[in-house]
Amino acid sequence: MGKRDYSPFGADAQRAVDRGLTAAEWYHTEVPRKVMKDLMTRTDQPAIRDTLILYGVMIACAGIGIALWPSWASLPFWLAYGVLYGSASDSRWHECGHGTAFRTPWMNDVVYQIASFMIMRNPATWRWSHARHHSETYFVGRDPEIAVMRPPDLARVMLNFFGIIDVMKFFPNLIRNALDGPTAEERTFVPESEWGKVRKVARIHLGIYAATLTLALWTHSILPLMVIGLPRMYGAWHHVMTGLLQHGGLADNVIDHRLNSRTVLMNPVSRFIYWNMNYHVEHHMFPMVPYHALPRLHETIKGDLPAPNRSILEGFREMWPAFRRQLAYEDYFIRRDLPASAKPYREDFHQFVPGMMAQASNAAE
Amino acid sequence: MPHWIDACAPGDIDAEDLIRFDHAGATHAIYHGPDGRFYATDGLCSHEHVHLADGLVMEFLIECPKHNGQFDYRTGEAKRAPVCVNLRTYPVRVEAGRVLVELP
Ligand code: FES
Repeated sequence: MGKRDYSPFGADAQRAVDRGLTAAEWYHTEVPRKVMKDLMTRTDQPAIRDTLILYGVMIACAGIGIALWPSWASLPFWLAYGVLYGSASDSRWHECGHGTAFRTPWMNDVVYQIASFMIMRNPATWRWSHARHHSETYFVGRDPEIAVMRPPDLARVMLNFFGIIDVMKFFPNLIRNALDGPTAEERTFVPESEWGKVRKVARIHLGIYAATLTLALWTHSILPLMVIGLPRMYGAWHHVMTGLLQHGGLADNVIDHRLNSRTVLMNPVSRFIYWNMNYHVEHHMFPMVPYHALPRLHETIKGDLPAPNRSILEGFREMWPAFRRQLAYEDYFIRRDLPASAKPYREDFHQFVPGMMAQASNAAE
Repeated sequence: MPHWIDACAPGDIDAEDLIRFDHAGATHAIYHGPDGRFYATDGLCSHEHVHLADGLVMEFLIECPKHNGQFDYRTGEAKRAPVCVNLRTYPVRVEAGRVLVELP
């Protein structure tokens, strides 16, 4: 395939459309309707519990951090607060954006708005980018949420563990959105009817940051920024760590989530922060299943999926060498074996993608 | 000229569920609402080319299986992004133990 062009206006985006990739049907594991209905059932209770815990711990940590400020004794509280602000907000944004976390729509909407602010994403724009990410997961030039492009820019990845790239991109974009609505690139996936909302919410977010900054200058202290804004940087590492594992080192331009997504078994604390998005193949195959039912979905369909990685460390041990190989050979990706009980990978479409073809024939040798 | 088409038996659809019904080259969704009544809409989501039959019925809403867009299946009204365009609905009646849908 050679050099990939990730621009939504580029040759690869056009090729994905011309070859019918964007209209192709994704592979799904067969699940009886009754079982799936049960898995999809919505309820408020688990998300209310988790949200009370999340915001309760955040308020407590920030309160103690402020009380102990500027002593070093406040550090552990800021570290905990930062991860909940700068990482747990990613999964809350995600689940509530799907509308599956709570049964009650307004609860999804409230948590979605708060989480979008914390994770520095325009809630009106990102709702649409994420819809595209699900329709066209890792189609080069079409998916606006590709975390690591090929060849991987590992310096960028490392900087983003502290949110540096994201935040540097966010503020100029926020100002552009506040003035003009979505950028030209964003207009490729945000419908025109939503452009006004993009502008309005950007102005609100900008106003909150301006007020926080003013307070910091007025009080000659970075404390207000420790509470609002900076935790998106000093607490970003967990969501970057888990987010990279979602698709890192796996295939692009395929229509089988078993080839482009990764499920990783994780410790309970990471699963709380990440709201079970470690079951990522399952989530992409069945986005209607709420986070709290994903472990059950995993048990139901695991016979049709590649074996999950058994820990975050094992996931990184698989993914990181793949990134390094992609530095020299962009078309390289990890093609995991399926268990004997699984339906084979769908190769029919993939043969149109040169990188896939080379990889599939290598595997067959 | 619309016709009443025999789609299924009432017992073919669980309460608060739907089935796919294909007729004359078009695909539809038939719903069994919590009020015991039956409803029919176009089968494909108005956002992308995805059938609603694998979706989730919650009271009078159908949630699309792809991006969780929602419609009120009684009126076809789009209720939750990313769906913006309403679904077409069709009259339904139950007669002599069969669910009939009036299709163009
Ligand atoms: S295809 Fe139905 S909501 Fe996107």
